Amino acid sequence: MRHILGLGASLAAFWMLLSGSISLDNKLVLGFGIASVVLTLFLAIRMDRLDGFPVHIRLSPKLIQYWIWLAKEIGKANIDVAKIVLSPNMKISPRMVRVKASQQTDVGIATFANSITLTPGTVSVDIDDDEILVHAITEDMATGLIESDMDERVTAMELKYR
Amino acid sequence: MEMIIDLASWAFILAGVFFIFTGTLGMLRLPDFYTRLHAAGITDTLGTELLLIAMMLQAGWSIVTVKLLMISLFIFFTSPTATHALANAANAVGLRPFGVPEADLRPKTTEKA
Repeated sequence: MRHILGLGASLAAFWMLLSGSISLDNKLVLGFGIASVVLTLFLAIRMDRLDGFPVHIRLSPKLIQYWIWLAKEIGKANIDVAKIVLSPNMKISPRMVRVKASQQTDVGIATFANSITLTPGTVSVDIDDDEILVHAITEDMATGLIESDMDERVTAMELKYR
Repeated sequence: MEMIIDLASWAFILAGVFFIFTGTLGMLRLPDFYTRLHAAGITDTLGTELLLIAMMLQAGWSIVTVKLLMISLFIFFTSPTATHALANAANAVGLRPFGVPEADLRPKTTEKA
């Protein structure tokens, strides 16, 4: 119940931010806001996600640090893939590799898999147990991912939330 | 000051357009479904985010910037999820990736690249 109320409050706050109006004059817009919040809460309760696995997202300095590091990696990988696409002979050597994910929680693994996909040149295809199947566009990117410390970084960040 | 912001936002727009163009070109040039996903990734991440940054610079400190920030955050979370869903679906129905060595396709290999 507490999660439902919390979700409702944050949804309402978010709606106010987006609509930019908190005045009570415009009853139609306000009605739409309330209706959408109630509908979302209804769907959330129906999906039964609320009591099962409440996800806590806290903006810690560690998370922001990780984002900055990830943004740098994304930039670098983007330039690599752009080079491949723009080069006349397109030297690609696709690989499918399995990468160990050392995270303990679902959120941790999801963060790691999403980080892999966000970095162009590598896409996470499948997840079983503690391994992520990754499609890489070149051999270099596959080995680069296996050698990179992305996994450790996500795990280090994850430990804060347990 | 205004001119510096305009110039910066021009630079971001041009860079964003360049990466979106590159991503599109990759979609057309690359040989198969999986490799095309990588090209689409360029458009999703760098292309869109650069354009959003350029728009934020133009909007200045206003509610519009907050909204643009929210959009960029949502793209940041949803685009890899969508890409993963596509790749996972292709893998589930057994679409064979182009050019991948046979050894990689065997289920549960323990050796690594």
